[in-house]
Amino acid sequence: MTHPMQFGIMSVSDITRDPISGNTPSEAERIAAIVKIATTAEDVGLDVFAIGEHHNPPFFSSSPTTLLSHIAALTETLTVTTSTTLITTNDPVRIAEEYAMLQHLSGGRMDLMLGRGNTAPVYPWFGQDIRAGLPLALENYNLLHRLWREDVVDWEGEYRTPLQGFTSTPRPLDDVPPFVWHGSIRTPEIAEQAAFYGNGYFANNIFWPKGHYKRLIDFYRQRFEHYGHGTTKDAIVGVGGQAFIGKTSQAAKDQFRPYFDSAPVYGHGPSMEDFSDQTPLSVGSVQEVIDKTLTFQQSFGDYQRQLFLMDHAGMPLAMVLDQLELLGGEVVPVLRKELDARRDPESAVVPTHERLVTAKYGDAEPRQPRPNANRGDNVTGASPYQDTDAEFSAVYPA
Amino acid sequence: MTTYRLVVVNAGVSDPSSTKLLADRATARVVSLAESRDATIELTTIDLRALLPELAPAISSQHFGPGFKQAIDALQAADAVIAAAPVYKAGASGLFTSFFQVLDNDLLIGKPVILAATAGTARHALVVDEELRSLFAYLRTLVVPTSLFAATEDWSDKALTKRIDRAAFELVLLMESGFARAVKEESWGHYQHEYGSAGGTELDIDLSSDLMRLATGGSAKPRRPE
Repeated sequence: MTHPMQFGIMSVSDITRDPISGNTPSEAERIAAIVKIATTAEDVGLDVFAIGEHHNPPFFSSSPTTLLSHIAALTETLTVTTSTTLITTNDPVRIAEEYAMLQHLSGGRMDLMLGRGNTAPVYPWFGQDIRAGLPLALENYNLLHRLWREDVVDWEGEYRTPLQGFTSTPRPLDDVPPFVWHGSIRTPEIAEQAAFYGNGYFANNIFWPKGHYKRLIDFYRQRFEHYGHGTTKDAIVGVGGQAFIGKTSQAAKDQFRPYFDSAPVYGHGPSMEDFSDQTPLSVGSVQEVIDKTLTFQQSFGDYQRQLFLMDHAGMPLAMVLDQLELLGGEVVPVLRKELDARRDPESAVVPTHERLVTAKYGDAEPRQPRPNANRGDNVTGASPYQDTDAEFSAVYPA
Repeated sequence: MTTYRLVVVNAGVSDPSSTKLLADRATARVVSLAESRDATIELTTIDLRALLPELAPAISSQHFGPGFKQAIDALQAADAVIAAAPVYKAGASGLFTSFFQVLDNDLLIGKPVILAATAGTARHALVVDEELRSLFAYLRTLVVPTSLFAATEDWSDKALTKRIDRAAFELVLLMESGFARAVKEESWGHYQHEYGSAGGTELDIDLSSDLMRLATGGSAKPRRPE
């Protein structure tokens, strides 16, 4: 798959009562359903499946790499990713290890999106404090970035015990770090960090009018250029959105309304019509969903990844699968064609593992790290790999 | 001649309502006082009743409809505010407090405000000073010293007119002082803001902050003075 832009779905992993049937799926049912949803996404021609991370009911996705690794094993072309991975309450060392492992097992068909998490009680469960959420996120990413790029890391910060002579294993596939998206909707520091490192920036594009998201996307593009990663067009932008597609406009509205009206977060608030007018939500016919999604490109410029929220608020599996058929079969093919035709040839294409390997090595063979021998004390001495740069040498704590 | 933008927020839900009547009397006094001092008043009235359908999504989802946006824009640009609430069950009406609770914390900083309340009984008389004043202190507004309160019997008492005159004069003096503008121009950065706050006008990004240094691979520890 070498599309310049990817389309896919993102799930929050909520387990919600179906307001029509009154049925609340069990955790087992919902987990089985999400696997079916992900494999169907590939079957209907979508490129990406993203799962959220939560550590409390009514959500099931506490262990995204385990789930994504399973999905990667069941699929062939699908890119698996997160929406989002908590860069605050997870130890960046564990993120480095787990996602590098996922990268190997999926053959590079993965990336990840970082977010902070806004549920205050979750933080202390992991020894953290939401009041320090932003500096924690920024510092943790600074460390994660190095763990995937330096064989041996000495590090000291505010929020984690220092590291001396630490090597995160396995090294990234082909020694090319997983691509990282920084998700944010109102925090300039996160957009700045994405720009500084030349990483991707993702706006969930769910709750507010498009103009709200455009401000930080534009800021990110300018800063991406400022830091010398290319022009504003080379910046890597991802955008969310939610849609419910019907055979007719009225059918879509009738089917989706009970789910909208009782949905967590915005249910029992705005009417579906007002919310559709004022936010990126589209509930309508195939053509209506296409038309509204095309306005995203007009607002944000050419972008590289479009994810839709399709399986929330208690929608039963059969309904979600129908939605995926319509999305993959009728909506996305038109969007690809239309957006390809509008795309500035100088705009970035979405970074896949193959593209990142080519960018790093050209025609040369990628690095394949081979460890030095175990000295007998379960470490490899000052130099973990046979080809480790002599400049980097591990100094262990005394 | 100076023009001041006065925004009146009326939480009375009937028409006519005694709350609206009190707000109108204070407004008329402010307008005539300002004119006698060579200024004109550009008046915007926000009847909160009209925003009721937009209040639920504003509370539940921070989702502001078009009426709310207009109201926020008017308050953001206001030089002074008159805020009037009916008192129900020993407190300002839920509509009134909900409206001010969903606004950005920095929307009204330094703006002069007349607080007014009406009630069916004088037993509610301290609601303005004990409840509303603390809400508006949290919003860091400059509430005039004279609060307005009218129970049924006050409408036939000349003392109410006197208090209206006093409050109006205090408001005009505070508007003339340029206090809010000076705060905005000279001290704005000393208040807490979020990106997009102050009604969507707070869009400056400080690239030299401690957090920005951390975002770009550095440390958030404050730099030592050189």
